[in-house]
Amino acid sequence: MSHHDHHQSFWTRYIFSQDHKVIAIQYTVTALFIGLVGLVLSWLMRLQLGFPGEFRFLNPGSYYQILTQHGMIMIVYLLTAILLGGFGNYLIPLMIGARDMAFPFLNMLSYWVYLLSVIVLVAAFFVPGGPTGAGWTLYPPLSALPNAAPGSGWGIKLMLVSLVIFIASATMGGLNYVTTVLQCRTKGMTLMRMPLSVWGIFIGAAMALLAFPALFVGGVMLLLDNLLGTSFFIPAVTLFGQQLPREGGNPLLFQHLFWYFGHPEVYVVILPAMGIASELIATHSRKPIFGYKAMVIAMAAIAVIGFLVWAHHMFVSGMNPYFGFFFAVSTLIIAIPSAVKVYNWLLTLWRGKIQFNTPMLFGIGWISTFIIGGLTGLPLGNVIADVPLHDTYFVVGHFHLVMGVAALMAIFGGIYHWFPKVTGRMFNETLGKLHFWVTFVGAYMIFFPMFLLGILGVPRRYFDFEALQYLPTQTAGLNIVITIAALIVGAAQVVFLVNLIWSAVRGRRAESNPWHATTLEWQTPTTPPPHGNWGAETPTVYRWAYDYSVPGAERDFIPQNVPATPTVPAGTARTV
Amino acid sequence: MPVFASVVLVLIVVGALALVASGIWWFTPLASNWNEIDGALLITLGVIGIAFVTLNLFLAYLILRYRAREQERAQFIPDNPKIEKILIGITALGIIILLAPGLFAYSRFISPPRDAMIVEVVGEQWRWTYRYAGPDGKLGRAHPKLISPKNPFGVDIADPAAQDDILSYTELHLPVNRPVLLHIRSKDVIHSFFIPHFRAKMDAVPGMVTHYWFVPTRAGKFQAVCAELCGIGHHRMHSPVIVESLEKFQEWLAKQPTVAATVKP
Repeated sequence: MSHHDHHQSFWTRYIFSQDHKVIAIQYTVTALFIGLVGLVLSWLMRLQLGFPGEFRFLNPGSYYQILTQHGMIMIVYLLTAILLGGFGNYLIPLMIGARDMAFPFLNMLSYWVYLLSVIVLVAAFFVPGGPTGAGWTLYPPLSALPNAAPGSGWGIKLMLVSLVIFIASATMGGLNYVTTVLQCRTKGMTLMRMPLSVWGIFIGAAMALLAFPALFVGGVMLLLDNLLGTSFFIPAVTLFGQQLPREGGNPLLFQHLFWYFGHPEVYVVILPAMGIASELIATHSRKPIFGYKAMVIAMAAIAVIGFLVWAHHMFVSGMNPYFGFFFAVSTLIIAIPSAVKVYNWLLTLWRGKIQFNTPMLFGIGWISTFIIGGLTGLPLGNVIADVPLHDTYFVVGHFHLVMGVAALMAIFGGIYHWFPKVTGRMFNETLGKLHFWVTFVGAYMIFFPMFLLGILGVPRRYFDFEALQYLPTQTAGLNIVITIAALIVGAAQVVFLVNLIWSAVRGRRAESNPWHATTLEWQTPTTPPPHGNWGAETPTVYRWAYDYSVPGAERDFIPQNVPATPTVPAGTARTV
Repeated sequence: MPVFASVVLVLIVVGALALVASGIWWFTPLASNWNEIDGALLITLGVIGIAFVTLNLFLAYLILRYRAREQERAQFIPDNPKIEKILIGITALGIIILLAPGLFAYSRFISPPRDAMIVEVVGEQWRWTYRYAGPDGKLGRAHPKLISPKNPFGVDIADPAAQDDILSYTELHLPVNRPVLLHIRSKDVIHSFFIPHFRAKMDAVPGMVTHYWFVPTRAGKFQAVCAELCGIGHHRMHSPVIVESLEKFQEWLAKQPTVAATVKP
């Protein structure tokens, strides 16, 4: 298994590489690139909403196409791909002391299939009719009938094909991550000694394996409705005065399949982000993560209950109204493990020695945005309160803060945190902090006002608000403020990219463990670690992942691969 | 940096509260019986508001108080089951406080009174149309396969109950203080019938009839909008809702076309 000394060509080393670290970088770069496309799309939407009618190339059709692509790109092709494919690939083998993934070839294949799905997705911008404008939720009949929505020809078909390809990629990746965690841990690395990042990615990947098949099935059926004129989701309908030769299908069936995937998908993104945030917060406050065991149990609980809450997206869909009681209760129960995690991050800071570097700032930003994003899920889960709020801007504010901004806080923090290990160089702290403050404050300015618009009853996915007669006159001004904030926050992401690229080439040389962290990836013999990671011997693990500031120890951290001796006490928590 | 970070967090909390307190964007004035919905929503917003303020201010305090200082070392505190149990207890209590009235209100929302006046709402790209039961109080049968330019609601003319049904292609008129049960249909894609002042909303799904009920409590002109993306006209799919005295309502209704007079097979 030790192929780190193989002689390799440029192609097998950097392009068709089977090294998990190279694949991680490929995933990350591709995801950030497509995320940048998603960001520009959000700018276009905000330009229309802030300055309606000023930008002539934006019409209702193109607006709904932009809206649909933005949603799908950000949730699936950016967040899911970067957290599992990027962080999962880089961190799992290094953090558990393995030389690589369990199936390196499958891992490589997973990336190239992902790239293919991105190419098919982007191709939709260049086909006749453009990409689909049926909303990222792709609800039929809108997404299934000819001319019902923009992009109902090529656009919707390419979207569904791209999703099916993505799911193939995610399945290859997911099987790899789960198997590697279960089978490839180094000596001494018990499950309850794993860093929370690995736990988050592991549980998130397992959820992806169980959730994506529902989208696969729904996607294929919708593709058949589109291509072959089947009626899985189409009842008897009259479109523009014409009876269509379709009947017998049920649109709600698709919604159940979609959300049986769609809600766990939120946790596929959030659990790895929670794990990464835990690493940031513990390392940079020089304290063990508070309540490690509770953190693991909370993630497992979120994963299990996360499969029992999907229909809270369907409270006003026309499903049997008695389901509302069950799904409201299950949804609000999931708030308890989520709250436990928030408390434990706060209590990790408590009596710590907080380092205000860029990764820690993003860790703090994660806590704050996860709090507001998570809390605003409660009214939406409390079935009767959802009735007025459903499909309003309240929902837009909620999921952007919890799944978009909070997840990105963890992702940005994680990229800065592991940048020295990945590149062997330090990033620029000043630019990093600028990136943080603009993004963090700007995100509040963009999304907090949306809660109030939602309470007022402003529906989401509106090209403009001219028809609404109950809006205060100041609403136009508020939309301009939100748009300007969105433009500035977007520009701050350019600072981030410049920092990454410049620092990767010109940054100050990094030590192998610049944060004085305990986990194994910081203990590699060389930085960046070579193919195979560990030199002659894989490390042996003697303690849990969070021996920070252990009383009696000489230094304020003890790496996991340091044995307990009289001078280096085992500080391991009693619960582990 | 720690002082700055702490101040920014406090300012975010203050700014958020100020924006709420400005009252510019808040509930539209309620015009239906659903003060229970407002109540459940306000309790929920109150609970999460308290949590939002408390947790963010605690975070601001922590980063100020425990910023790295040379002489201090972090304390090794891996866990504290007692604190954890107390916090779980408080969280569970908060959830019960907001969920219990919510479920109670929901059970009323899904139990329409027997004497409610039935009105059918039919959505299509991109307008709302309405059908009233007429003197017999019964909506005639309808089927999507019967829909044609001459029979836009797809009414089954063979059904005697259909003859006296009354059609409105533009406005929804309702008598004040009388319970109304909507039967909601769609001809093409999914729409959602939402009247913000009444707080109620339900999707219009082709192939199904969905329902909700309410009592308009205030005469006036309101607006029904579409709340489910339904194509390029989604943002323009709205309709006037006029709540008036019973006499005025009946006067208006008498002027609208009936099925017998206008619908041909």
